[in-house]
Amino acid sequence: MSVVRIPPVLRTEAGGEREVEASGDTLRELLEDLSSRLPALGSRVYAEGAIRSFVNVYVDGEDVRTRDGLDTPVREGSTVILLPAMAGGC
Amino acid sequence: MTTYRELLQQTKSEISEVDARAAQERSGAVWIDVREADEWQEGHLPGAVHIPRGYLESRVEAVAPDKSQPVILYCASAARSAFAAKTLEQLGYTDVHSLAGGFTDWKRNGLEIVMPRTLSPEKRTRYSRHLLIPEIGEEGQLKLLDARILLIGAGGLGSPAALYLAAAGIGTLGIVDADIVDETNLQRQIAHSLDTLGSPKVDSAKRAIQALNPDVDVVTYRERLTSENIDRILDDGWDLILDGADNFPTRYLVNDASVWRGIPVVHGSIYRFEGQVTVFKPHDGPCYRCLFPEPPPPELAPSCAEGGVLGVLPGIVGSLQTNEAIKLAAGIGDPLVGRLLLFDALATEFSEVKIDRRADCPVCGEHPTITEYIDYVEFCAR
Repeated sequence: MSVVRIPPVLRTEAGGEREVEASGDTLRELLEDLSSRLPALGSRVYAEGAIRSFVNVYVDGEDVRTRDGLDTPVREGSTVILLPAMAGGC
Repeated sequence: MTTYRELLQQTKSEISEVDARAAQERSGAVWIDVREADEWQEGHLPGAVHIPRGYLESRVEAVAPDKSQPVILYCASAARSAFAAKTLEQLGYTDVHSLAGGFTDWKRNGLEIVMPRTLSPEKRTRYSRHLLIPEIGEEGQLKLLDARILLIGAGGLGSPAALYLAAAGIGTLGIVDADIVDETNLQRQIAHSLDTLGSPKVDSAKRAIQALNPDVDVVTYRERLTSENIDRILDDGWDLILDGADNFPTRYLVNDASVWRGIPVVHGSIYRFEGQVTVFKPHDGPCYRCLFPEPPPPELAPSCAEGGVLGVLPGIVGSLQTNEAIKLAAGIGDPLVGRLLLFDALATEFSEVKIDRRADCPVCGEHPTITEYIDYVEFCAR
């Protein structure tokens, strides 16, 4: 199991949770697992087999775009951060 | 009983005294001026380090860590420097010399001297807690006083930033904001107050800054930053930008202009309990478009006005931005370049993720496709 950190704008889709658990050996498997259990959340970040372009995904602090994308390996206990941009300075 | 004169003669006979020419021939030497601060201010030798005699033992190892390195000491007329040389030998320095005739002879012989830039006694008092920090000191404080920082927004992030930058003695602060102060701002925007309700935020912030520190010049731009006015504002010359904007079009606009002009941006953003901070240093690190190539759809990007924000959060995030800005202005420390700091106020948890430059970045990448201002509102509404 890995911990998936949910950004504040997507907490409604995650039942209000700040973190949820998901499993998989790769990011793809993990996002598939997440989507099957929390479909509304899943579709926000992952659609048609790709990570949505406005969401950054970090596995253990590293942007998966600079690693192997959806094939990035996820270890037991890894932390996955889903991060869309926030504009507010208000 | 030994008199002063006898002690001086005795000491001089035990140390090495060299004339100006011999001293200048000692390559790689550290030159230490052991006079008092008021003497130093009236001029000193080029390249010399100032350590008043009374602090010599405690500070010398910081400027001359290698005890076999040549050290030239001087004072006004080679008396204090003779005693200082003796002391350094006791500390284990093996190549120590006192400059014969001291500063007085050096100047009389027409050799080059330097007039130091120094702080006035009033500034010395105001910034004393900075001056005591070795990493800042007088040199660093002078850099802060010379610095010009542009604040985008005088709201949640801009308020603490404006106040702390002003308190730190940043010489010139520019503020861009078109809004006026209303009651809903006062829960977090600490540069404003009941007294300034209904006033333009730039004027309200200027008032708060000047009440805190009259050393700071404040340049106000009561306008919304756009492609039409950004060049005029940036042409005023800014060393760095502290971005506390409240919308995506402005964020991308600030990014593009700063990359083209090579101005570092200290970025902060907040929502509810969470904040993000990083430094975009053009071409040394990633830019905003490397981090977020495109903005989220509007339903995933609510503003604080729509979703709310914990009042103290901009205080924390704006202060973290200010910390980065002060470090960049003073040229110290490790800025948050290529690192995005995430703060979660509910969990009281900081985390950090790596941000890399993108070779295919449309603005700072290898083959830029955006080389002039675009329609940022349209770009962010897609």
